[in-house]
Amino acid sequence: MSSAYSITASVNPPRAVYLDFPLGHTAGKAHDKPLQRRIIIDTLSALDSIQVPGTMRRLSYQWSESDDWKDRVMRPSTNSGGKTNDDRIERFPEPQYQLPEDQQAAEAQMTGNSCPGCIWPEKV
Amino acid sequence: MQNNRPPVDYIERTREQYASLGYPPYEWVRHEDTPPFAPLRKPLGESRIGLIGSGGIYMQGQVAFHYRDDISFRIIPAKVPMAQLRVTHFAYDLTDARQDPNVVFPLATLRDLARLSRIGEVGPNAYAFMGGIYSARKVRKTLAPALADRVQKDEVDVVILVPV
Repeated sequence: MSSAYSITASVNPPRAVYLDFPLGHTAGKAHDKPLQRRIIIDTLSALDSIQVPGTMRRLSYQWSESDDWKDRVMRPSTNSGGKTNDDRIERFPEPQYQLPEDQQAAEAQMTGNSCPGCIWPEKV
Repeated sequence: MQNNRPPVDYIERTREQYASLGYPPYEWVRHEDTPPFAPLRKPLGESRIGLIGSGGIYMQGQVAFHYRDDISFRIIPAKVPMAQLRVTHFAYDLTDARQDPNVVFPLATLRDLARLSRIGEVGPNAYAFMGGIYSARKVRKTLAPALADRVQKDEVDVVILVPV
């Protein structure tokens, strides 16, 4: 599945479906179960119906009536001197928990340096 | 209001953004050979389906991902209550994924389809990592083989890959 057409085309996987939604919605819209289900059914159908390696099939769903959201994607702001602001999130080397209590829950589950279901393959 | 515009070209926009910040262009993965192709071996209604997502999903009680080339992954039991899933990532708007992780990790959707007999069953585990790993080499040599090994042990017939 992909919502980044050019990146997936460059990788050239055996089969792909393309959904023209903003990043963060590769499998549908939040709380729209019927749409989420149709998207996965279409995706699974492509496993059988795509016969030519490297095919990327576009799914027919549209994010909104207008495509204006595409104007705002990765368009960084500029400062008063006309320079581009670097509005990317800093790449912190420590775990970035969604909720502070998640950190406490993880620490409570830790045995030694391992956590349940966490795999660090470079250390295996 | 304009409709039916072409897809956002993220490669081009990343190039523009990097150039405006004074950075050299990012080297995207590029494969030009015909990719390998494995036909579906049995009907979907009899298939065991696996799931791997790169949206930065972890389960309450697990260590979260960090943002600096984290090539670790999390084993998510397929029966996990969705309310126990969390989302962390530096490169996309997390608002909707945190409200409904199915938008980047369609595990409950797959469970619904199994209940409706549209697929045979969901694999015993789903797997999650955090994309935005700048080293394609680490993904190719370390992370991808480790994930492939896991899904083979789960004996799934199909894996849905959900990048963000």
